[in-house]
Amino acid sequence: MAKGSNNNILIVDNLHVSVEGYEILKGVNLRIPKGEVHALMGPNGAGKSTLAYALMGHPAYRVTEGSVFFHGENLLNKTIDERAREGLFLAFQYPREISGLKVFHFLKKAYISRFGIDEGTFSSMDFFNEVKEKTKLLKMKEDFINRYLNEGFSGGEKKRMEILQMAMLKPEMAILDEPDSGLDIDAVRIVAEGVNSLRGPDIGVLLVTHYQRILNYIKPDVVHILVDGKVVKSGGPELAEHLETAGYEFAGAEV
Amino acid sequence: MPESEYKYGFHDPENYVYKAKPGLSYEIVSEISWLKDEPEWMQKIRHRALDYFLKKQLPKWGPFLGDIPFDDIYYYIKPSEKQETDWKDVPEGIRNTFDKLGIPEAEKKYLAGVGAQYESEVVYHSLREEWAEQGVVFLDMDGGLREYPEILKEYFGSVVPYTDNKFAALNTAVWSGGSFVYVPEGVEVAIPLQAYFRINAKNMGQFERTLIIAEKGSRVHYIEGCTAPVYSTDSLHSAVVEIVVKEGARVTYSTVQNWSKNVYNLVTKRSLVLRDGLMEWVDGNLGSGVSMKYPGAILKERGARAEVLSVAMASEGQQQDVGSKVVHMASDTSSTIVSKSISKSGGRSSFRGLVKVIPGLSGVKASVRCDALIMDDESRSDTYPYLDINSPEVEIGHEATVTKIGEEKLFYLMSRGISEIEASKLIVNGFIEPVVKRLPMEFAVEMNRLIDLEIEGSVG
Ligand SMILES: Nc1ncnc2c1ncn2[C@@H]1O[C@H](COP(=O)(O)OP(=O)(O)OP(=O)(O)O)[C@@H](O)[C@H]1O
Ligand SMILES: [Mg+2]
Repeated sequence: MAKGSNNNILIVDNLHVSVEGYEILKGVNLRIPKGEVHALMGPNGAGKSTLAYALMGHPAYRVTEGSVFFHGENLLNKTIDERAREGLFLAFQYPREISGLKVFHFLKKAYISRFGIDEGTFSSMDFFNEVKEKTKLLKMKEDFINRYLNEGFSGGEKKRMEILQMAMLKPEMAILDEPDSGLDIDAVRIVAEGVNSLRGPDIGVLLVTHYQRILNYIKPDVVHILVDGKVVKSGGPELAEHLETAGYEFAGAEV
Repeated sequence: MPESEYKYGFHDPENYVYKAKPGLSYEIVSEISWLKDEPEWMQKIRHRALDYFLKKQLPKWGPFLGDIPFDDIYYYIKPSEKQETDWKDVPEGIRNTFDKLGIPEAEKKYLAGVGAQYESEVVYHSLREEWAEQGVVFLDMDGGLREYPEILKEYFGSVVPYTDNKFAALNTAVWSGGSFVYVPEGVEVAIPLQAYFRINAKNMGQFERTLIIAEKGSRVHYIEGCTAPVYSTDSLHSAVVEIVVKEGARVTYSTVQNWSKNVYNLVTKRSLVLRDGLMEWVDGNLGSGVSMKYPGAILKERGARAEVLSVAMASEGQQQDVGSKVVHMASDTSSTIVSKSISKSGGRSSFRGLVKVIPGLSGVKASVRCDALIMDDESRSDTYPYLDINSPEVEIGHEATVTKIGEEKLFYLMSRGISEIEASKLIVNGFIEPVVKRLPMEFAVEMNRLIDLEIEGSVG
């Protein structure tokens, strides 16, 4: 890897994950240093979302072998919410709809939990202003914050809502599972700008995508290719460009 | 929920003015009537109702009621000498209880009037000058009978006759307390009236009786709340509520039912809605061991409407058997029933929705929607829709959903740092939001708080 490994925010070692008895990940290795953006690409069904879910701690995704360290600590024995409070974030490929839960209320609860703030001393007004500012940045309509979480949102609106959450929760490690799929051309740029504005020396990003377009805006430091539950190739941004023309077969994938 | 989490489970010592012997008999019924110095016609109705109660079997459907200790129940307890209009004059112990329940405070802040019932009698009553001046009447039912006997004679039992069901008969036989509300033509009572019902004694039976009459074009919102101490033996609450919504009037009746789990809550609530009138029931059922409650409406004249919104939460040892019953008797009438039930920790909730449309009508619209949320594998939810439609031109919608508190939704919220308990609360409160948002703010907050407490008692 390019940079000193002691600077890794996330280390995934020989990770095996099963879902309902089927092994999906078959020994994934990844190292993501602070400040870097790594793209994760691979054919449908390769296990990209499975990796994201397993890292976040979804109970149906059982780790059968291997280890994961998140800023130097064993991640795998932590609950979902602990992982999030320690700075792990997952932007979902398919965000859930929670009817009756207002976006603003949800964001506030999430923020308070993430940063361990006492609800009594919390200034809703400051928070409200910050949320408003971020919605502008993402070119979201302001009335979104009064709607029910993701309910009736269009595909693209859901993706922006994920990035809004990321912006508010200021993660140290963000896994973005296809934040660009289903987005129109302008929306890809807006989402990418949103992500870029959060890039910094202290945050690691794992960006799952199928397309080069978003990578034109968010320049990855490293590109990994996951095929059939394994990282089969890693390289620089040119790897993604090459994929566009050559497809996954060149990387040894049977697709 | 464990006893300690039911905040209202305390009880006061009994310093009562009068406590009838337990058990039900013709003597008790006569005694109640005599103590209240009632007109003879009322005493007669009571006795006829008792006859009916005694010969009528327990319902063969719904929750098992065979364990109700009818012989051990106290059917009448008079807690204080007389009803007061100043909290200072209410006996101290009782006053303290209502203080703890936050009633005097709420009264000052946002209520147009308050009736506070303790055991069988209303110990405190108030109505703001502003509404009294406009001719609004808000009394306990006994006061209503004394001061407006003609109105009572006309309407008492007209919407819910004692022959309606066994428990309506029981209430009619031994009723005491409750509210009498009369809103004159065109008067809009802008802020709610509230009645609060408190049971204190062990094995108590509370049988309040309420009649609300909203004259042409008037408007009123009536709210009831209730709690009781936690005892190891059962108490019985069996109320009857009758409402008459006249031409173009609108009545909202909201309930936050939070009895302790040793209370059987078996009530009959119905409204008669005349031309272009609107009846809204907003019903929150959180407490009691067994509840049977189907607030309903008879849409008697053209343009009459009813909306029934209910939330029920059945936890360990609870059966919430709730729903609604709407009868369309005229053309161009409409009804909406929305029910949300939550079952957890082995609780059982059932929804019964009956919509009946008599023959020969047109322009009738009815929609029934019931959503159930099941929190774990031990809990249960059932739906029993009855549609009895006898006119061809009826637009009817029926929808029922059952959801388990999804692992996926929990995962989504928890991935934002929210704990499992908090995430469950957000999902459950979101689930009931469409109903809760119809409650006045203070009650919505109370409702969410009670739901949160229930969830804290079980998850994690
Ligand atoms: N809950 C589940 N139950 C059964 N199979 C599952 C489950 N989750 C994932 N799988 C299977 O695991 C494999 C990997 O799925 P995953 O969603 O991780 O793919 P992906 O790489 O994200 O694909 P895509 O690019 O289409 O999003 C697929 O074959 C999928 O059907
Ligand atoms: Mg995927």
